[in-house]
Amino acid sequence: MSSDITSSPAEVAVTVNGVARALAAGSSLRDLIEALGFAGRPIAVEVDGDVVPRAALANRTLVGGERIEIVTFVGGG
Amino acid sequence: MHSVDTTAAIPALDDAPLVVGGITLASRLVVGTGKYATYAEMARCLDVSGTDCVTVAVRRERLVNAAGENILDHLDAARYSLLPNTAGCYSADDAVRVARLGRELLRDMGSATSEWVKLEVLGDTKTLLPDPVGTLEATEKLVADGFSVLVYTSDDPVIAKRLKGLGAASVMPAGSPIGSGQGVLNANNLRICLEYLKDGDPAYPVIVDAGVGTASDVAFAMELGADGVLLNTAIAHAQDPVRMAAAMRAACQAGRLAFLAGRMPRRLYATASSPDDGRIVRPT
Repeated sequence: MSSDITSSPAEVAVTVNGVARALAAGSSLRDLIEALGFAGRPIAVEVDGDVVPRAALANRTLVGGERIEIVTFVGGG
Repeated sequence: MHSVDTTAAIPALDDAPLVVGGITLASRLVVGTGKYATYAEMARCLDVSGTDCVTVAVRRERLVNAAGENILDHLDAARYSLLPNTAGCYSADDAVRVARLGRELLRDMGSATSEWVKLEVLGDTKTLLPDPVGTLEATEKLVADGFSVLVYTSDDPVIAKRLKGLGAASVMPAGSPIGSGQGVLNANNLRICLEYLKDGDPAYPVIVDAGVGTASDVAFAMELGADGVLLNTAIAHAQDPVRMAAAMRAACQAGRLAFLAGRMPRRLYATASSPDDGRIVRPT
């Protein structure tokens, strides 16, 4: 785990789509998605390079230093 | 104004439909969803093009709490098979990551094409030409992971053969660089790709992907024997995208019909269409 200088012990610091964020310790990926307003939207989630299926989001607790990507579809060729 | 339906005059194709990775497509045009001025214009162009398969890209969701529109609000998933791409990836590992995210998005939607990916592993940003080594590596990994890989590649027949050998569901040679509008630059290579890929396996789908500029490019690719054409910019950046979408639809059908019909041989000299017998004059 990386050194966690920006968050208190009550918080967990992660990087979401390249941006640093701190959430309450013990938060799940589902909590993060709800906090971002993405609940119910067509998204897929990856943590440190591995996809986390939607059904597993609620039980997946955030760990400090994790790099999270939240993606959707856009126009493309 | 009197409107002419150019498609009404086209006779029955008497043609087997295009099947890619176990999915049957009604249209032989695959159309991209990028670069349109608005979602409404995109939706109209897709409708007019007659396509039932469209490509989409995977990108970060915007980190704002806005109720921004999503492209899926404008794509009827019951009508269009979605083909997620790995555009913007310059290594096999990056392409595999993006492919898996696209698959997760489609699985979550219950899509029939959830295991599909349009694989792009690019070599550099200027040409957007495929990196053949990375493309081979990613194809192997994705096939092993259960994907139906529709792979963007150059018109190199040897690489095309290798990609099919690795289990690609469709090999998709470029006519010319992505978004260049130069059409089919090397018809000879494309002919050899078609010959190699269809040798003993005539139903193997070969789709010309990239480089189309206008309708005649589509017709030409189809006349060569391609099973389909994938295009985006040629419609989206036409002066009148909706009209160009109609042109592409007609060109795809025309090219396919001409291929099935079998063209006459080329001859160096003229052969008269009217009979010599019964002329009232003689050649001078």
